[in-house]
Amino acid sequence: MASSATAQSPSGTGTSPPASGGAASRRRRAWAPFGPTTGAIIALAVLVVGNALFTSNFATASNFWNVLLQVSTVLLVAVGMTLVISTGGIDLSVGSVMALAGAIAAVTLDHGVVVAVPAALGGALVVGLVNGGLIARYRVQPIVVTLATLIGVRGVAQIVSHDGELVPIEAASFLWLGRGYLGPFPVQVVVALLAVAGAVFAVRSTPFGRYVLAAGGNPAAARLAGVPVNRTLVTVYAASAALAGLAGLIEAARLGASDAAKIGLNVELDAIAAVVVGGTALTGGRATVLGTVVGALIMQVIATSFNMLLVPYAWSLALKAAIILLAVYFQRPKRV
Amino acid sequence: MTNVALPPTAAPPRARRTLGAHAASVLQGQGALVALVLACVYGALRYYAFPTPENLINVLRQNSMLGFVALGMTFVILTGGIDLSVGALLAIAGVVAAKLAGSGSAVAVLAGLATATALGLVNGLVIAKARIQPFVVTLATMIAVRGAALALTSEQSVSVGRAARGLVWLGRGSIGPLPVPVVIFALAYLAGWVMLRYTRFGRYVYAVGDNEEAARLMGLQADRVLIATYALSGLLAGLAGVILAARLGAGQPVAGTGWELDAIAAVVVGGTLLTGGQGGAGSTLVGVLLLGVIFNLFNLEGTISPWWQWVLRGAFLLGVVMIQGRLRKRAAAT
Repeated sequence: MASSATAQSPSGTGTSPPASGGAASRRRRAWAPFGPTTGAIIALAVLVVGNALFTSNFATASNFWNVLLQVSTVLLVAVGMTLVISTGGIDLSVGSVMALAGAIAAVTLDHGVVVAVPAALGGALVVGLVNGGLIARYRVQPIVVTLATLIGVRGVAQIVSHDGELVPIEAASFLWLGRGYLGPFPVQVVVALLAVAGAVFAVRSTPFGRYVLAAGGNPAAARLAGVPVNRTLVTVYAASAALAGLAGLIEAARLGASDAAKIGLNVELDAIAAVVVGGTALTGGRATVLGTVVGALIMQVIATSFNMLLVPYAWSLALKAAIILLAVYFQRPKRV
Repeated sequence: MTNVALPPTAAPPRARRTLGAHAASVLQGQGALVALVLACVYGALRYYAFPTPENLINVLRQNSMLGFVALGMTFVILTGGIDLSVGALLAIAGVVAAKLAGSGSAVAVLAGLATATALGLVNGLVIAKARIQPFVVTLATMIAVRGAALALTSEQSVSVGRAARGLVWLGRGSIGPLPVPVVIFALAYLAGWVMLRYTRFGRYVYAVGDNEEAARLMGLQADRVLIATYALSGLLAGLAGVILAARLGAGQPVAGTGWELDAIAAVVVGGTLLTGGQGGAGSTLVGVLLLGVIFNLFNLEGTISPWWQWVLRGAFLLGVVMIQGRLRKRAAAT
């Protein structure tokens, strides 16, 4: 797959559109004022306007906050996933890492939040370092490494939470993470927005961001150009795990308990879907963090509005699938 | 981005099958086989219950369903793709078969298999014709088909009527001393092995996986190969679903959740490379049996909590792929 991708895409290594290209690509550019995210933005606009017109109580302030509250944990994970995917990798372990962070926090809360939160994030970080280390150093495919950690780390999370028990959380200072407000803003929404802002800044304005895109576009060329590819990969997987850990803490605080069997289950798929719909190519070399935000919002608006319209859950799955396919279809690289 | 003109990546070493690479690929297959033999010897020495025919047949029966899925996944992975939808296809095939059990076993089984095959065909068509990555396409069908299975059943499991004798036989009957699922399992792997080894289709699967562009340039109908591969994966997932429903006596819309990951793990442990072009049905058989035997040993030990089993599974998978990575590196160096 990798070899054919390098053979056919001249624009593998950057956010800029291909230098060469026929009438078709020129036409596409004219139709795409927001780059690869254009389709997603249009889809989101259609969904929001359609719902505002036809779904009662959709266009209300409380529902607005509801959507944002529900999207924030997926968004945290998806931001990390955007970085991972833009290096050409994938991180399937994020859901298990969420569960692990929640479990560690719940069992260490006796020692205070100051211990519990760093311990939980530290545990998440260790998983990320293991993922990144194995991927960078041993060149094992990301999908296999993170599949192994997906399986193993959820087991660890269960063991940590007193062998698969639901560990209740009572410390108010911890619950604040999932239920509190900073002024008018829910804490988790603020955290998610800060993560988005941080990632946008990192991708656009730091050497690290350029390293990420270089490593994803053409790792061999990046290495030859002196890009610290291994360090970049380790950092990216560590960041993904840390963000997932944060999401796990928020989820545990929202539930008021650590449920190692449920927290973060299948979140990797939601996150990947958000990233892909947002315009980040699975082949790497491109990162559109704001696109991921749009992608995550699309998925959440679908879920929320279908819920409000009392449409069976199954149909919202079908629509999600269709949107993922359409998004990727319109973004796929033209064959040269 | 520095615009240094560079050669388009150093050619991956697997493109040239040197003697070393060949030795390594043989070693990879045999590495899993050696591990399987060791695990069996250990089991025979440590547990009286392990080497009994009942236990061994039980291991085979428990793993036959995953075995079907993993066999289909092997074909897909050999082409350099991936099929995340197998768990959902398994579920819908079981649900369809259970729903139609009243109209006769043959109808039920065929309808279940046809549904899964058709959905696999859709996967293949979209992947080959629309040229979307297999990961995304099968992720989408996984979500949508799971939804369809839930919608078809109103999120309830559908019991298989006793009238469908043939269907029930598929899951619970036996031929001589062997349970029917085990017999089908053996036949499926034999057929898969022959297909990959001795037929034109098999050679095409390897050719597409090794270098799709080259295969196309040589005039190979890569699209058709891909479509057939995903349809086959769907068929085998459907087979697993129908047999599972027959065995459980119910088609469950949530059946097979997470099986795609187990199947990928079995394929990888067996020694088939995720990059495509290397491995085979025999490797996957070893992978499935190795994972099955290890679980059987966990169960016989009886004191290992399920959570620790997960941890050990993850660690085992990591260990295997690291060793494979080492072998490959050494092969590339020589």
